[in-house]
Amino acid sequence: MRELALHLLDIAENSVAADAGDITIAVDEDSKKDRLKMSVEDNGKGMDEDMVARVTDPFVTSRTTRKVGLGIPLLKAAAEACNGYLRINSAPGKGTRLEAEFQRSHIDRMPLGDLAGTWFELLVAWPQIHWIFRYRANGNEFLFDDAPIKNELGDVSLSEPAILTYLRETLQEGIKNSEIKD
Amino acid sequence: MPAVKSLDELKRLKEDAIAKRNAKTTAGTAQVTVAMGTCGIAAGARETMRAILDTIEADGLSGVVVKQTGCMGLCELEPIVQVEVGGAAKVTYGKVSVDQAKRIMKEHVVGGHVVAELVIPTK
Repeated sequence: MRELALHLLDIAENSVAADAGDITIAVDEDSKKDRLKMSVEDNGKGMDEDMVARVTDPFVTSRTTRKVGLGIPLLKAAAEACNGYLRINSAPGKGTRLEAEFQRSHIDRMPLGDLAGTWFELLVAWPQIHWIFRYRANGNEFLFDDAPIKNELGDVSLSEPAILTYLRETLQEGIKNSEIKD
Repeated sequence: MPAVKSLDELKRLKEDAIAKRNAKTTAGTAQVTVAMGTCGIAAGARETMRAILDTIEADGLSGVVVKQTGCMGLCELEPIVQVEVGGAAKVTYGKVSVDQAKRIMKEHVVGGHVVAELVIPTK
């Protein structure tokens, strides 16, 4: 993957597959502390300790039956290569929180990429999920909660052309207004 | 930080959308599904889906539902897009680039003609 936003998309798809009703995606950049932290939190079916170990590092386990993807190990390797880490807190029936942190200025840190576009697609593709998106850069925060929008729209689809424009511009402008100019 | 766009604006857009929907009662609906597993994402499925949404916006296409799904086990053919128009059978397209996604939207979703050369053959 070429962008952190693509990793977030991939992790969020895991939350969708875990039957989550609420998914929060957060990105927090801090140029003084030189850290970039991102997280995906859901109230899906969650995982036990064994499963967390398997999805984090599928090559060192003894499992033979369960199919486990490569998305999380790829992100973990990317974070660890940048003086960072990946951590998963999960409990069956409660949900999952995945957090990854990077040294922001690290030469190998992937660019954040098209975060607005990624959020836009998740929002439109999974309208039954309650999405909360948070982007914070040096303390400037953009918070997007889709509940008031869906409440206003009622049975009008998010994929109507004018609504798409509204959502796309809201996310693009929100992130642009908060991001660090460097 | 204040909200960038107001809910009042959204309300107006909603009313427009309802008016348009009522105006064309016989319009067929279409569903477009983009596979967004790790394999799809790595192959460019986000850009493919974006091209689909951009076409809906640019051409003012009403009544198109765009969804995502996970890996379908055909990783080598990603990005994969499935199109269902009206009551017709689902058509599965493989290796759908941005340009091909736009073409599928125009010819299949709008025009009703399957883009045969991009369809994944079924056994």
